[in-house]
Amino acid sequence: MFAYYLRLGWRSLRRNPLLTALMVFAIGVGVAASATTFAVFHAASGNPLPDKSAQLFVPQIDIWGPASRSAGRDLPDALSYPDAMALMRDHKAARQTAIYPMASTAIPQDPTREPFAVNGYAAYADFFPMFEAPFLYGNGWNASQDEAHAGVVVISRALNQQLFGGANSVGRTIRLDDHDYRVVGVLDEWNPRPRFYDVNNSDGFSDPPDFFVPFTRAIDLQTETNGNSNCYGSAGRDAGWKGWIQSDCVWVSFWAELPNRAAVTAYHDYLMAYASEQQRVGRFHWAPFVQLHDLMQWLDYEKVVPPETRISMLLSLGFLLVCLVNTVGLLLAKFMRRAAEIGVRRALGASRREIWLQYLAEALMIGVAGGVVGLVLTGVGMLGIGLVFDPDIARLARMSPSVIGLTLLTAVVTTLAAALYPTWRAARVQPAWQLKAN
Amino acid sequence: MQIRPILATLRYHKAGTLLIALQIALTLAIVCNALFIIHQRLGQLSRPSGVDESDLLLVHNQWAGKPDADEVASMMASDLATLRNLPGVANVYATNTYPLSGEGTVFGIGHSPDKKTYTDSTAIYFVDDNALATLGLRLIAGRNFRPDEIGASSKHSKIEPDEIIITQALAHHLFPDASAVGKAVYLSRKPSIIIGVVGRMRTPWVDSSMAKWDEYSTLLPYRRLEGYTEYVIRTQPGQLDDVARRVKATLYAANRMRVISPKNGVRTFADVGAQAYNSDRGMAILMGAISLIMLTITGAGIVGLTSFWVGQRRKQIGVRRALGATQRDILSYFLTENLLIGVAGVIVGGVLAIGLNLWLMNQFEMEKLAMGYVVAGVAILLVLGQGAVLAPALRASKVPPVEATRSV
Repeated sequence: MFAYYLRLGWRSLRRNPLLTALMVFAIGVGVAASATTFAVFHAASGNPLPDKSAQLFVPQIDIWGPASRSAGRDLPDALSYPDAMALMRDHKAARQTAIYPMASTAIPQDPTREPFAVNGYAAYADFFPMFEAPFLYGNGWNASQDEAHAGVVVISRALNQQLFGGANSVGRTIRLDDHDYRVVGVLDEWNPRPRFYDVNNSDGFSDPPDFFVPFTRAIDLQTETNGNSNCYGSAGRDAGWKGWIQSDCVWVSFWAELPNRAAVTAYHDYLMAYASEQQRVGRFHWAPFVQLHDLMQWLDYEKVVPPETRISMLLSLGFLLVCLVNTVGLLLAKFMRRAAEIGVRRALGASRREIWLQYLAEALMIGVAGGVVGLVLTGVGMLGIGLVFDPDIARLARMSPSVIGLTLLTAVVTTLAAALYPTWRAARVQPAWQLKAN
Repeated sequence: MQIRPILATLRYHKAGTLLIALQIALTLAIVCNALFIIHQRLGQLSRPSGVDESDLLLVHNQWAGKPDADEVASMMASDLATLRNLPGVANVYATNTYPLSGEGTVFGIGHSPDKKTYTDSTAIYFVDDNALATLGLRLIAGRNFRPDEIGASSKHSKIEPDEIIITQALAHHLFPDASAVGKAVYLSRKPSIIIGVVGRMRTPWVDSSMAKWDEYSTLLPYRRLEGYTEYVIRTQPGQLDDVARRVKATLYAANRMRVISPKNGVRTFADVGAQAYNSDRGMAILMGAISLIMLTITGAGIVGLTSFWVGQRRKQIGVRRALGATQRDILSYFLTENLLIGVAGVIVGGVLAIGLNLWLMNQFEMEKLAMGYVVAGVAILLVLGQGAVLAPALRASKVPPVEATRSV
């Protein structure tokens, strides 16, 4: 029976090809715009570490006082070097690491090859287990190597490919800037997006890092941060590297792993106690104030999802709504125009349910056709997305199976929803009234 | 035109009428806000950077192997000489950053050595005496730096310039009532004398959060001897592409201990601007496309629905014609009917547009929708409705009176 309805529907749709095309196109465009912008939004707002994000926290300390926030500013989104070192030393979290980004040059051993730029991070040993970084060869360094300020390095799979042709390079040496480092581990593909541990310095979607070295070693070598540094009111600091690391400039990111509520509360108390101590010794001239955000809260706090992605998704959804209202109106007019036909069918014994199913079949065909058009247009949208969004963000959106499924499903479900009222009206046509009217 | 009979008829098409009105309302709400966003973003795009953008080339040079400040100083001096001798190069200077680059340094600037009470933020450009000529900046008052005033700064050295040049916008902000030239201001704990004021020069950032001070730029007379150096090159007119092709090889031939990224190490100022305004341009394109398609669909929807109504009412139209109504009467009947629905739609839509804007303001720090956009949107939708209804209405007016005698 349903096949028969589909045939009837097909015939009805062919009777008004322009109108059918309009409905299909409207649904296709509406769904494609929504699917494309949603894919971008979804990629940008995803949880980069779903199984662990609730256990990873970023502490913030009010080191500049309330006056620094009078201009509507927040707490600094990084720590000063002395504070980060104090937190590392106290070691109150299950795992913790201070981090800062560095820009280096890799100097190939083959002197005929030119140096090339590499980006990486200075971090502590806890970084790798804490953020679940997967290793292809070897492992991260350990805590005693942190203490020994060891000249070791973990490199990315891509850098390993470039330098060693993809071979197991553990134990080999690479030269970064003016120092050699021994490779202890090679990461497998690892590119959490957004790169949550660096969103205070970058947009979080740029190319993945090439290497990681021990924080203690990077500081020994006076390696500059490649990220933001903020020196509110501390223009009077001493010149040189020593003045820099002793200053109240903030430039060190800090992450703590706190496995449960009790640990979170305890860490917050610890931070308050630390800030109170700083007030007691005369460094802070204000009441202690600290904050502790978990990973997803931190992404929100740092406004990682660009407002453009959100606005364009919302307006695209509004657009889809207009397309659907359009479809409701056109279907209603189309079905009601065939009231006489419905009257005849009803008089000949078709039940309301059968009429309803027949017209729903017609709507289903529009929905499926709209989904297919939407799929093609989504494909076009993905190609053109680089025109609309920042390239780093745009490349996140891909034509994945879930996007394809979502596009088709949205088209069919929304069209059927739009058809509910017109088909209900069609099913309620009074046969007697129609027959008499003619 | 009698309105009451039209309203009476519409009562028989409640659902259809409501749907058209709703579609017009939603379209108006979205199109108004989209047009407003487009206007704002295009306004951003067309803001002048202040520099003479043609024939400008930017080279991002990272020094390899972590050379110390003295080594950077000598390599930089030799690079500048190499670039100056390159055929087609008119002028060049080395700096930390340039307008619209997206990266740079901010200092507080004010009237007090206490850095916690600065007047406002300013972008810091480390330049030499060739910067004004290379960028094509106009000196409005005072003088340029002299070659002997250019100092050296390495990382974490004290930045306490004796002389600075600031933009007119910053000068006016600091000294609203008098000329800034010769006055002292504080970037550090020591006073700096403003020796010159240039016209417009944007900061490196185009973000809305920094828009308030986006023309507060300060030039400091320093060679910045750190991990990377930006070379700003002005070529002879028409030589831009030619110099862009040769500049990287020329620099590598002189010294290989550097990295100039093959991807974006050498850019024209047009590239820089395009990248800086990427998201603004993208939003304008997306909003434009959405508005255009939405208006098309709404127009086509009105055509479709009215066509159905006309088809449904052929008999009534025939009766009216037989009773003496002219073609004009029938035409104006449908136009008026559409206008009534349209007016209802735009009234609701106007309210929705303002509501949507308030919500966007609340969520995305957007500005308040200017009423002109609502008025323009209303006009667009009413004209669109009348245009869309015209063809079916004309067809209706052509229905012959004899139709009244036929059955369907």
